[in-house]
Amino acid sequence: MKKQPKVVQLDEVVVKFAGDSGDGMQLTGSQFSDTSAIVGNDLATFPDFPSEIRAPQGTIAGVSGFQVHIGRKEVHTSGDLADVLVAMNPAALMANMKWVRPGATIIIDIDNFDNKSYKKAGYVEDPLGDGTLEGYNVVKAPITALTRASLADMHLNVKTVDKTKNQFALGILYWLFNRELHIGDKFLEEKFKEKPKLIEANQRVLRAGYHFAETIEALQTTYHIGPTTGRKGKFRNITGNQAVAWGLMAAAEKSGRELFLGSYPITPASEILQDLSYRKHLGVKTFQAEDEIAGICTALGASYAGALAATNTSGPGLALKGEAVGLAVMTELPIVIVNVQRGGPATGLPTKPEQSDLMQALYGRNGESPVVVMAASSPANCFDYAFMASKIALERMVPVILLTDGYLANGSELWAIPKMAELPEIKPRLATPNDPEYQPFKRDPETLAREWALPGMEGLRHRVGGLEKADVTGEVSHNAINHQKMTEYREEKVQRVVDMVPDLEIVGESKADLLVIGWGGTHGAILSAVQDLQEKGKSISMVHFNYIKPLPKNTADVLKNFKKIVVCENNLGQFAFYLRSMHPQFNYKRFNKIQGLPFMVYELKEKFIQLLEEK
Amino acid sequence: MATENINIPELTKKDFQVDNEIKWCAGCGNFAILNSVINVLPNIGVRKEDVVFVSGIGCSSRFPYYIKTYGFHGLHGRAAAIASGVKVANPNLSVWQITGDGDCMAIGGNHFIHLLRRNIDINILLLNNKIYGLTKGQYSPTTPKGSKTKTSPEGTIEEAFKPGELAIGSGAHFFARVVDTDQKMMRDAFYQSAMHKGAALTEVLENCVIFNHAAHVDITDKAVKDENTIYLQHGEKMLFGHEKDKGLVLDGLKLKVVKIGEEGYTLDDILVHDAECEDTTLHYMLARMNRPEFPLALGVIRNFQGTCYDQLLEKQIEEAKKTSPIKNMDQLMNSGSVFEN
Repeated sequence: MKKQPKVVQLDEVVVKFAGDSGDGMQLTGSQFSDTSAIVGNDLATFPDFPSEIRAPQGTIAGVSGFQVHIGRKEVHTSGDLADVLVAMNPAALMANMKWVRPGATIIIDIDNFDNKSYKKAGYVEDPLGDGTLEGYNVVKAPITALTRASLADMHLNVKTVDKTKNQFALGILYWLFNRELHIGDKFLEEKFKEKPKLIEANQRVLRAGYHFAETIEALQTTYHIGPTTGRKGKFRNITGNQAVAWGLMAAAEKSGRELFLGSYPITPASEILQDLSYRKHLGVKTFQAEDEIAGICTALGASYAGALAATNTSGPGLALKGEAVGLAVMTELPIVIVNVQRGGPATGLPTKPEQSDLMQALYGRNGESPVVVMAASSPANCFDYAFMASKIALERMVPVILLTDGYLANGSELWAIPKMAELPEIKPRLATPNDPEYQPFKRDPETLAREWALPGMEGLRHRVGGLEKADVTGEVSHNAINHQKMTEYREEKVQRVVDMVPDLEIVGESKADLLVIGWGGTHGAILSAVQDLQEKGKSISMVHFNYIKPLPKNTADVLKNFKKIVVCENNLGQFAFYLRSMHPQFNYKRFNKIQGLPFMVYELKEKFIQLLEEK
Repeated sequence: MATENINIPELTKKDFQVDNEIKWCAGCGNFAILNSVINVLPNIGVRKEDVVFVSGIGCSSRFPYYIKTYGFHGLHGRAAAIASGVKVANPNLSVWQITGDGDCMAIGGNHFIHLLRRNIDINILLLNNKIYGLTKGQYSPTTPKGSKTKTSPEGTIEEAFKPGELAIGSGAHFFARVVDTDQKMMRDAFYQSAMHKGAALTEVLENCVIFNHAAHVDITDKAVKDENTIYLQHGEKMLFGHEKDKGLVLDGLKLKVVKIGEEGYTLDDILVHDAECEDTTLHYMLARMNRPEFPLALGVIRNFQGTCYDQLLEKQIEEAKKTSPIKNMDQLMNSGSVFEN
């Protein structure tokens, strides 16, 4: 019997899918995100997977999760706490209970809750009977049994059948959020192209879940999240890593240079290499090197030969590349170094985000070794900053380090697709063949950038290298005065990039009791917290830094109008330390979280209120 | 490599000579090697602007400053990687890597084996003086076991690398070994290296007058060199000795030195050098022949023409451009799952 549920309008909802790492939670999450995007919701997602590929089934170590935050209003983060949790086994429940809002709906596969599984997950008692779930709306669904039953006549093996269980859980969500099943059907048709049996099986199970939800007592209310208003145009869901790859490609097309990526696979940066490996049709060359050092050295060779050269890595890889970054500084060749930060030091927390490579990016090399350092602050704007990093490198003949992190890299959000014609021009500083005036280290008086003479160009044969070079001529020089001059030029050249850096924009009043400062991947959480407190009438503003070196011109002008300043970052205070060295006249308070997890909006708000109330 | 440039102006060695002072020690083998290279470059069918020299760190790696081409003096050990990037980014260039036994076999060992394995069209000149010169006399990975140096006062207790062995084991398609005292031999090997499409390693046994003088004297000294070395040429019999009366034969699975007319061996029994065959077995045995049991093999030992990385990559790109409907970024960004509001 079909019931007539009550439909409640919601502004936003956070859904978390959790199961064994082989349960297909990432797929389910993506499918639900796409479905939401099609109906016009804004969204942000974050996958949360273990660094082991297939840790033992049913254990906490093996739990893989995917969180999606959808909204009628703009969504800035993947959400603090889940309103709906799908837990495919006790371990998934155990690992995620602390991230669930009180009163949330928890959908579990009851078939996986037996004595053995509780113990494997670390429960002493049955969590369904010991009060653990009191205060939550628990949907105990026999997901495994009903999935198998619905596919009984298809003669598939059990393994294949069980892999479709995630669609049952998803079917429940489609009902719960009034999603049309045909959108899910289409996603599956695309996903399992050329495997018609799998399409049919998954579509059947999706329906089985939907109809199960329709009939059970536990679900009396469904929810509707309307489309975002005031947003027109074309959008796609994009992760930070993909956006970096596409930003580099866009810069290559715009500058007329071929893109070359020299890279060694490393979590969580590998998807940049992977994505670009599929772009040979756009002339992209990827080189999977034997190590991190070769990754950057091949890129530097390609840069010398005239490519838009890039290398991507994560913290430990940047450490290995350090010497070659110095060579790029010395040879004054354009190169983009993308560092997708993760927890450190050493191998650290490979799959978890952190912001602890800032000092390494700024200073982690021998000698005076200035480079431009920038940081993206949302999955989608990784595109913009990869593009800008390339533009700066090519126009100013300077290495640029672009920092992202594991949260941006794997997280996704809706991205307003730009038009190539509307992106800024990129004019590489190419030398002119047979120019009698050409000198390898002659500089543009405005920017101090040298010219880029490419092998093959007539009349411009010259040498570059890691030894100090004489001003203008580029001959090897050990002259004392020359070394000081060249060292100052290299620093000043980076400082002059400031004319390409937009001013800081203040969110809120330009004078207030508290200024919140962030940089990089923490933007969404800080913005949500600050806006919420502003709505409550608090005297709080924020600025967010995407350019670290050089800092925006108006930095000191902005900072001087606030009674208190707090710098929030996922490290022990590296940006605060840097700001203090650049602008020592201000007093910087710090809020640091270094748990391999992004800031939660609520914990930021608590901190800000405490700071506002302190005398 | 040889490009198919049609209008290459006639070049002479003057086109490649620099005006600046060359700062190697008087008597250093590098001078002779540089001279051979400069003599070969005008004849390889490449414009002078299309030649790039890339080096690492060490005495030999100053080479790019002393030759008038595009040049990149890189980092210690990393020349192979930098050169790979240059060549892959622009396959029209003739790319030469200059490296030494420390640069190539120690700190750069990883890049070296992978360059050979990938078979990128780069000419590698390994200047092997079996000692660290620029840091003043420490032993290198090719220093013979037992040698007394600044860091091995009682003699080294490490086995030495034989670059040819390592190269063939890494999949090298081209390996030559020459000595710095023989201009003709060097020029011939460098020319063949330039004509070879793929990674081509030439080991130049080189003298360091300061820290390892006369290290190769048993193969360069006029009085003994004909007896102690064998100069291999493709298609020629493997003969050596003052009188060319000795040769190599296969005895079971091993090489054997024989004298023609003794033990019943005739000229017909002597092996003919086939540098161009794919199979590495004999090349490997030739490369690892050691004195005093065998003569040291010189000349082009292996020259098998296979497919190289840079050509295969260009082919994949060309194919992808032809078959993909997505021709530019606007098309890419608007392909797949796009949502419209």
